[in-house]
Amino acid sequence: MSAARPTRRVVGALALGAVLALVLLDLGRTGGLDPLALPPPVALGSGLAPTGAHCTQG
Amino acid sequence: MARAALVLLALALAVLALVAAGPRAMLLMLIGLGFGLVLEGLRFGFAGPWRMLVAERDARGFLAQLIAIGATAAVAIPLIAAAGGELQGAAAPVGVAMIAAAFVFGAAMQVVMGCGSGTLVNAGSGNLVGALALAGFIAGSFAGTLHLGAFAALGTLPVLTLQGVAGTGGGVVLTLAGLGLVGGLALRAAAPGRRMPPARLWLAAGLIAALAILNLVVAGQPWGVVYGLGLWGAKIAAGLGADLGATAFWAQPGNAQRLAETILADVTSVTNIGLIAGAFIVMRWRAPTAQVARLAPRGWLAVILGGLVLGYSARVAMGCNVGAFFSGIASGSLHGWVWFAAAFAGSRLGVGLRGRLLVPARVAGAPA
Repeated sequence: MSAARPTRRVVGALALGAVLALVLLDLGRTGGLDPLALPPPVALGSGLAPTGAHCTQG
Repeated sequence: MARAALVLLALALAVLALVAAGPRAMLLMLIGLGFGLVLEGLRFGFAGPWRMLVAERDARGFLAQLIAIGATAAVAIPLIAAAGGELQGAAAPVGVAMIAAAFVFGAAMQVVMGCGSGTLVNAGSGNLVGALALAGFIAGSFAGTLHLGAFAALGTLPVLTLQGVAGTGGGVVLTLAGLGLVGGLALRAAAPGRRMPPARLWLAAGLIAALAILNLVVAGQPWGVVYGLGLWGAKIAAGLGADLGATAFWAQPGNAQRLAETILADVTSVTNIGLIAGAFIVMRWRAPTAQVARLAPRGWLAVILGGLVLGYSARVAMGCNVGAFFSGIASGSLHGWVWFAAAFAGSRLGVGLRGRLLVPARVAGAPA
């Protein structure tokens, strides 16, 4: 690895491509969310408690 | 890649999020893209400025971080208080393992030359160290979820916030005073000419604060990074046949639901994807820059292991520089301040370790 290094263009494309491949493979397995049960576009003013996960939660 | 194609890439990601997970996911993808554009485009970071403060007595980047956190806190703390439960802050308990892990995170982020957001930005912008560290970060943050309960059992305090102690206004004042005190200490330590952030960093701090507040308003929770990366690791492990339902963390109803749903339904995953893509777009938009310096094989090994440690420690520390330091302090959480103190101490160690671990490759023909 010390002899030749891929360019930034190649590495960036591979990194983004790998993440998008994971997203698409996962989407193929899980499917999208139910269109009739989507969360409101914006949490503030929705009247609902947040349900997302955060790294500060155990 | 033509610039029009880069714009189309950003739009395609927003449409993908919209179709798969609805308008909230689309908005969060756009916010994540914004984070990536600002962090890479205006060279706003976390690990680098901490190193520069310690090694070069340059406080400019660090002060920009404090400005961004303060601007976010001044809006976020009152907003969370007024939102009637629709918004939540990034508050976590201070604990023994949390403090130790934050120290380790601080050291590791100097070794891999990137923190939580920095690793995403570096990977998206084609930095080979960042890309390898990201792979390690994903594996490490997933591994951390498997042991989180054992670490929490070592002892934690209750969740404490400054606004919980002093009221909403008092929480804002205490947070801004704390940031001012830390900023004053940094100014005192800085060399002349390396104190006042340049216009670029003022702009970046303002934009990062605006995006962080938008993230809070749209997602209902502050900007985070680590949970999403741990989820990606869990998705990969599950795809390889691991039974995560048998683990305490992934058996929890909320986590099990995220494992069963598309990644695009997880708010931190969506902003992470947008952040990587935003950094990629900036890298391709500009003239290409050089790849990072060549490392000896053991230098590359240190990068991969460093990424692993970075992810694991971030999970045990209840967040990285984004979830714990930026969003924790901006939410008034005591844990954010303790995380900062421990991680900064670790970072000082990491600055010294970096030169020893990231061994450059020998150039052919050069004297040994």
